[in-house]
Amino acid sequence: MKAAAASYDLIVVGAGIVGAACADAASADGLRVAIVEPGPIGGGATAAAMGHLVAMDDDPAELALSRYSLQQWEAFADLKEAEFSRCGTLWVARGDAELAAASTRATRLAAAGVEAHVLDANTLYELEPALAPGMSGGMLVPREAVVYPPRVARYLVQRAQSRGAQLYAGRRVNALPRGGAQLDDGSTLSGPVLVATGCALPALLPQLPMRGRKGHLVITERYPNLLRHQLLELGYADSAHGDADSSVAFNVQPRPTGQILIGSSREFSATDAAVSPAMLQRMLERCFAFIPTLRQLQAVRAWTGFRPTTPDGRPYLGAVPGGTNQWVAAGHEGLGVTTALGSARLLLDLIQGREPAIDPTPYAPSRMAA
Amino acid sequence: MTERYDVLIVGAGPAGLAAAQTAASRGARVGLIDAQARAGGQVWRHDVRRTAPRAAREAIAALRSVELLTNHQVVAAEPSALRVETQQGSSLLSYTSLILATGARELLLPFPGWTLPGVTGAGGMQALVKQGWPIAGKRVVIAGSGPLLLAAAATLRAHGARLQGIYEQAPVARVHAFARQLLRWPARATQAVALRAQLAGVPYRFGTFVRSAHGEAALRTVDIEGPHGTTRLDCDLLAVGYGLVPNVELAQLLGCATVQRSAHPQVQVDPSLRTSVAGIYAAGEANGIGGLAVARLEGAIAGHMAVGDTAAANLLLPRRDKARGFAELLATHFSLDPRLHQLADAQTLICRCEDVTLGELDGFSDARAAKLATRCGMGACQGRICGTVLAELGRFSRSGSRPPLFPARLATLAGAATFPLPTISTEVADHE
Repeated sequence: MKAAAASYDLIVVGAGIVGAACADAASADGLRVAIVEPGPIGGGATAAAMGHLVAMDDDPAELALSRYSLQQWEAFADLKEAEFSRCGTLWVARGDAELAAASTRATRLAAAGVEAHVLDANTLYELEPALAPGMSGGMLVPREAVVYPPRVARYLVQRAQSRGAQLYAGRRVNALPRGGAQLDDGSTLSGPVLVATGCALPALLPQLPMRGRKGHLVITERYPNLLRHQLLELGYADSAHGDADSSVAFNVQPRPTGQILIGSSREFSATDAAVSPAMLQRMLERCFAFIPTLRQLQAVRAWTGFRPTTPDGRPYLGAVPGGTNQWVAAGHEGLGVTTALGSARLLLDLIQGREPAIDPTPYAPSRMAA
Repeated sequence: MTERYDVLIVGAGPAGLAAAQTAASRGARVGLIDAQARAGGQVWRHDVRRTAPRAAREAIAALRSVELLTNHQVVAAEPSALRVETQQGSSLLSYTSLILATGARELLLPFPGWTLPGVTGAGGMQALVKQGWPIAGKRVVIAGSGPLLLAAAATLRAHGARLQGIYEQAPVARVHAFARQLLRWPARATQAVALRAQLAGVPYRFGTFVRSAHGEAALRTVDIEGPHGTTRLDCDLLAVGYGLVPNVELAQLLGCATVQRSAHPQVQVDPSLRTSVAGIYAAGEANGIGGLAVARLEGAIAGHMAVGDTAAANLLLPRRDKARGFAELLATHFSLDPRLHQLADAQTLICRCEDVTLGELDGFSDARAAKLATRCGMGACQGRICGTVLAELGRFSRSGSRPPLFPARLATLAGAATFPLPTISTEVADHE
């Protein structure tokens, strides 16, 4: 005799920060939620991420989603598990052209309600004396912060569980039969499904293209007060949004522990998770050009991760094209931690038939079916 | 800057020294890497006071045509090459054959008070003292398991320590059974008798272990659990070691398979010491704890194999197998009392790098999940201590290591041949 399938209002597949945020939002809405995760909670891109909460403004849709999410992150500012540190983001300009770009960006951010100031070179060096000579100035976004993503994901899953959500830990969803999800132990869960499996999306939803974009990070021993802000070069967006097969950018973060977290690299064609000495070298040289003293710091660990990347760089948030009662939240590239909370809220509004706070059209998965 | 070697050997202890001498005698260009300032490894570590054993002096003297690369720390693996760091810079050492003679480290077990200043590993304290750390007049308790406790005790006493006793966890009947078996290895028996003579007058108790250590800022007393109850001893220092664990981190970084015969992995080798990666061999403790005689024989076997002389290597296999038998004997007779796994309580620190207690690790059955949630094992030691402890306690096995193998300058990871002069102020660097 076959046991009746467990029934839920929403089956969240994947407990990275996006899936965890969706499960949390759904349970807050009073839905009966299942969460299925084969590995550790927040063990994929979430674990590899820098945890920088940042408004990216070069795409209006991305700006709308990141700004919306950043507002929600404020609710976590005092949460111990989040390890929230409001260090602010300092964008560094090399040359007058970049400084002019900083001015344009500050205006754009301000228009979206994100506080941002253009800095001259003197102010820049007052804020970060370790920067190499010759910088032209920069832009400070003072309210931005860094968090520790895997613990936040865990917190969100536990909060959902405290509202009755059921965690299927160590279980994998093998298939999405009509009306539910089939697990690797042969059991079936019935109910609407939300797929939040990041880079693994094509295994369940092959109609939605996704590539893993490899990144490297290095963390050092503790050097408190060496740096005070999350630092990025203004050219970062060229690396993040460019189509080059591989690129690096200066992206360095002081952790609340005093450790320095150093990135970033992007590679499309690399598929193995091993640390590449050549890419690490290129990334570090880029960072040394901005902070020469980094050369002397002791590195304790280097690792890689894969950013789930859609063809147009925007996440899939909405109904699965051609599916019934199937939803997707995946493909946030390097911005999944920043935008997880807003993505979850947006998706729950769509699922519950409410009008979302921001326009969902740019993220609609149906754009791929066209 | 890349240097090319026919045979590159990591670790200049007895196994690495034998491998280097063997390969060099066949005309190969041999590089022998060690992180320490002198060759010898742990067992033959240079002692500032005492002359090295004759075997050690001979092994080091035999290195004439070997390039001895001391003060070289291996930090990362690249294709057919290792990145090494020195005080001055870094370089890439490429190889045709690689021999891993990475040895072993001490097994530490947590108990309340084990992180107090004044508590160290037995081998760790022996190493410090050999390097000149002042111990004269200090009251020292030695505890743990195995014959290495006697070697540590002898060193400490020769440097003027006042030994309060040696507390062996194995019960007296098993230690006596071991002693009877020693007759099959006359050299070992002689060694044991000589060690015991050096320790005349020092209490050597069996079936006893340290239950807890106490003190405010530093160690003052230890509680010893024995067949007749608990005894409190005053002391200045406690040296406690429960045997050895193979160092397999470099092998893992290179992609060599490991096997698990105990709670801890060892490098998987065939009888001729080939690892699962072509051109890479492993010798000595890394392949499973076997002691000095095994290390020297396996070093020679690996040295022959690395230059392609399988026949010469085969000649040594029977002697190696017999020597490995002695190691089995040790493992059987000094197996750990299960009560030792229950000493730590919920408040006992397990990960010293990140201050994680045993209680915080309750409910985790996977090293990675525990690490992501608590940071256990994320510190500079990359779980060498806490990961090994948790595996020994039966919580979960250690997660794989990541580069760098040991903390290394960012300049090294960037491939810099020379380091810039330090400009970073120590005020910033050393401030916690």
